[in-house]
Amino acid sequence: MSAAPKHEQYDVVVIGAGPAGLAATTATARAGLSTLLLDENAGPGGQVWRAIGATPVKNEALLGADYWSGAEIARAARDSGAEIIHRATVWSLDRNLELGVSVGGGSAFIKAKRVIIATGAQERPFPIPGWTLPGVMTAGAAQTMLKSSGLVPDGPTVLAGQGPLLWLLAAQILRLGGRIDRVLDTTPRANYLAALPHAFAFMTSLYFVKGLAMMREVRAKVKVTTGVTELAAAGTDRLESVSYVTAGGRRERLPVELLLLHHGVVPNVNLAMAAGVEHRWNELQLCWTPVLDADGNSSIPGITIAGDGAGIGGAQAALWRGRIAAERAIKALRPTAKVSDLSPQLKRAERGRTFLDVLFRPAKQFRIPDGDTIVCRCEEITAKDVLDSVAIGATGPNQLKAYRRTGMGPCQGRLCGLTVTELMAEARGKSPQEIGYYRLRAPVKPIMLSELASLPKSDEATKAVVRG
Amino acid sequence: MTINTDAIIVGGGIHGCSTALHLCLAGLKPVLIEKDYAGRHASGVNAGGVRQLARDVAEIPLSIRSMGIWESIAALVDDDCGFESHGQVLVAENAAELAACRERVADLNARGFSHEELIDSAELRRLVPAVAESCPGGIVSRRDGAAQPARTTTAFRRKAEQLGAIIREGVTASNIRKEDRLWRVDVGDDTYAAPILVNAAGAWGGRIAAGLGEPVPVTTVAPMLMITSPVPHFIDPVVILRGRKLSFKQFKNGTVLIGGGHLAAPDQDRNETVLDWRSLAISARTVFELFPVMRSATIMRAWAGIEARMQDDIPVFGPSAVHEGLFHQFGFSLHGFQLGPGAGAVMAELIVHGGTQTRIGELSIERFRNASPSATA
Repeated sequence: MSAAPKHEQYDVVVIGAGPAGLAATTATARAGLSTLLLDENAGPGGQVWRAIGATPVKNEALLGADYWSGAEIARAARDSGAEIIHRATVWSLDRNLELGVSVGGGSAFIKAKRVIIATGAQERPFPIPGWTLPGVMTAGAAQTMLKSSGLVPDGPTVLAGQGPLLWLLAAQILRLGGRIDRVLDTTPRANYLAALPHAFAFMTSLYFVKGLAMMREVRAKVKVTTGVTELAAAGTDRLESVSYVTAGGRRERLPVELLLLHHGVVPNVNLAMAAGVEHRWNELQLCWTPVLDADGNSSIPGITIAGDGAGIGGAQAALWRGRIAAERAIKALRPTAKVSDLSPQLKRAERGRTFLDVLFRPAKQFRIPDGDTIVCRCEEITAKDVLDSVAIGATGPNQLKAYRRTGMGPCQGRLCGLTVTELMAEARGKSPQEIGYYRLRAPVKPIMLSELASLPKSDEATKAVVRG
Repeated sequence: MTINTDAIIVGGGIHGCSTALHLCLAGLKPVLIEKDYAGRHASGVNAGGVRQLARDVAEIPLSIRSMGIWESIAALVDDDCGFESHGQVLVAENAAELAACRERVADLNARGFSHEELIDSAELRRLVPAVAESCPGGIVSRRDGAAQPARTTTAFRRKAEQLGAIIREGVTASNIRKEDRLWRVDVGDDTYAAPILVNAAGAWGGRIAAGLGEPVPVTTVAPMLMITSPVPHFIDPVVILRGRKLSFKQFKNGTVLIGGGHLAAPDQDRNETVLDWRSLAISARTVFELFPVMRSATIMRAWAGIEARMQDDIPVFGPSAVHEGLFHQFGFSLHGFQLGPGAGAVMAELIVHGGTQTRIGELSIERFRNASPSATA
């Protein structure tokens, strides 16, 4: 499956094989457009349907019906006539719709008439004291292990944070016989009140019944502490305990070997930003989202964005956004083609989202750390370091690079970018929009020097080049 | 509101910031106007080479003057700017290139310059053990080195502000004009007025000069750079190839910066560049061929900074040929970073004393007076 692309030019290149990418691919390929789907995982599904064709977890009830619905979507894409390449890393996209992609140790350049970015979401950074200790990991990483390998925690384990995915993961771990000692729910009490006006839409949405059932399922087996604040991980060489303050104001400490952190997902913006797509700060979802029209068209002609990368909407919304982006591409390249209006379906899929956004808006103390808490893991820069740099003249994330090299390590800002923006905004009394974000650059994912050069691999061949 | 100052500097690159700092040291109170922020373009994102090596003869005196300042940079700006002096080496890959090197060094010696030194293959191998064995020698400039560009430009900006310069960032200098014997520049709702105007606007310098009746042949370019993941320490000096577009240096943390002048497509009005990966692939191939240790490295980031390149590849530096009180300091053509500290010092002398001991005559805008510009950016 990991052969290089067959052609240098395609009508449509779709990046990412999650719900949005699979749906978009199916639609454009069926409409007769030459379609290439590039995905960096071993198989289709993205994060929500990770390993959908290959998971060792065969009992369907364990991962839930939503998970298995992905199989049908993936099958449709496979049979659509599109060229699909997995283990392909798109490391560059520019405003001329030229893509740099790595496949099987070599690189290729591809030109597209339309690009649909469906690179989905990533977990929001959760910078608490001790979050870099071995033994602390993101819930998403734990879920990847669970879906790909059927692995679940068996030592003392605490899940901390908030949001639908936290409860989903808890339920999945328990169903697979894994161990969870405690769930620490960090949802701020005030959020319940704020979310109330949106509750009706939520109660009539797709999420409500499923969400409630899942939370009940977890609560039946695990003690849940709500209204948690001042969460901290501690240990000398690795995680030994988790401490927190309860809603009643009592500080408690739990001995633990594994702490899984999660407080929501945010759009994965790196590729779109590096291409030059305009983004704006989204104050409700507390993240950067691309500026898009109703069809998902970005500020760069020919680039549309679908799925959670367009703003968090969940898997069902992603499917419809993928289809809408595809229709837009079909209409652009085949002006006589008949396309239908899918906005009612999208609207229905998005129902209840505002309630979730408001309810699970993470508290400031878990987004904007202070003191010695690490902000940038790559360069080990603390919140205090960032504030010290602000005090001597660093005005935004890009200037901060000159002082502290934040955002310049291997993660390319994925683990510190939002924190740095909000931290600097607060310190300078400005909005995150005014403070801005790192200017992101290709390669969006590191590539081998040898790949870029596409050079001969054997020593014999190399010597011949040097002497010649 | 009109604010009177001693000098107006347009452009917050290393040059504008250095001139602001040196004017403050001379007792003047300048204002520096920067449309983005100090070091946003070429001055903040260049390769950081502090190089006297392989310069045009016309700018060598300025480069030597600057080198003296670099060697005690912390005394000037309270920050060592990450400056390290491990020399810069120009590598000849064959006998013909070595012959050209020999000729170059002889020419410089005849002119009284001794900073470039011819080296044989043994000395080349001593300085750069990792270089391919087929290379017969080259040139070394031993006092050269490298610094961190954004940190350096920021340090100059900060020190200038501490010494009393007004720094206006994020605002465009507009409506540049001379009225009642004073230069006037609008910045938002404010107008700054001063007897002195310094055009240090980098890629935008050509537009300003043209707007004031001094068009020059200049283009906007964006030289590309890329940086790798850390590899084991293998090189100290900055290395430049004589015959190919490649320069590179290894930082203390093991990362390697690869440059050499392949160009991206600049979009000056958007503040953007579109990288040319096919050209970067050529650089990657050259590194792969010459330095086996680099073969396992990964490319972490690539970028390009927007700057001005003169038709004759040397800067426009010194007083205007037309207007009293106007000074130009732009067009450094991909090699202005090292010159920044010295150019600011010399510019302050020109402004305050009306002259300088440093020989800069050949850099004057006078040289374009009767030329018709081929391209004006």
